[in-house]
Amino acid sequence: MSEAISVLNGATFDGFVSIKEAGLRGMISVRGDFAAASFTKAVSALTGADFPAVNEAKFAGDYAILWMSPDELLILCAYENAQADADKLAADLAGEHALVANVSDARALFAMSGELLREALMKLTPANVSEDAFKPGQVRRTRLAQAAAAVWMLEDGSVEIMCFRSVGDYMFKLLCNAANPGAELGL
Amino acid sequence: MLILECPYCGVAADETELSPGGEAHLVRQGPGSSDQELESYLFGRKNPKGVHFERWRHSYGCGKWFHAARCTMTLEVFATYSAQTPVPPKNVINAIKAKRPDWEGWT
Repeated sequence: MSEAISVLNGATFDGFVSIKEAGLRGMISVRGDFAAASFTKAVSALTGADFPAVNEAKFAGDYAILWMSPDELLILCAYENAQADADKLAADLAGEHALVANVSDARALFAMSGELLREALMKLTPANVSEDAFKPGQVRRTRLAQAAAAVWMLEDGSVEIMCFRSVGDYMFKLLCNAANPGAELGL
Repeated sequence: MLILECPYCGVAADETELSPGGEAHLVRQGPGSSDQELESYLFGRKNPKGVHFERWRHSYGCGKWFHAARCTMTLEVFATYSAQTPVPPKNVINAIKAKRPDWEGWT
């Protein structure tokens, strides 16, 4: 098998916040009935993380569960284990009304960190990213300029941004432009 | 600018994060309906100046369709609610009546 490479192969940029293409990460898209205990148990058992509430992200080691919609989750895991984890979850959910897909290679992931990252984000998205509305452990699906994206906050001053791999280059340029040194909003 | 709260994920979504779906609560006319009913189902729209019920999709967010009641003139939003209802729910009607006492009502 050929060697897998992430969309920008770990490109970085140091502006008033720092931006890094976060490399390969396993991503498993899961759809199912959140009201079914068997579904939530299977997801939590695989990841070791609590089941997220609306718009929440739950982390546990290499794993994270991100709430995507009332019937969709995204599980983050180690890239190498993504297919095995997806197969395991699909087996656990056999017979349930659920769908599991390994989408690791379809997405791009960026890490942005810095005190002023809210300023960089608010240039690109109509979403409210103020401290009151967007907190650590929250996921916000929105658009950054013209590309759909999901943004989640790991801790204050550190977010991860996911988008389709096909717009990965565009996304990186957007983020770099928004974080250009000297382009702080001065709020 | 129009900001609607998605009833499924609770996000206050900007108009540009949503896709418009036209008038809500249309009743489908299929085989067996008269020509006039089908024509009106396909093309007849209310287009009011004032209270209006619309379908929207949270396309840059959770991806769900929902309904919104708003004023087409002032852009005031009265309520957003689940798409799984053939008519506006009572609380939505009441919310509109509270703000527009002379509204002619849902028909």
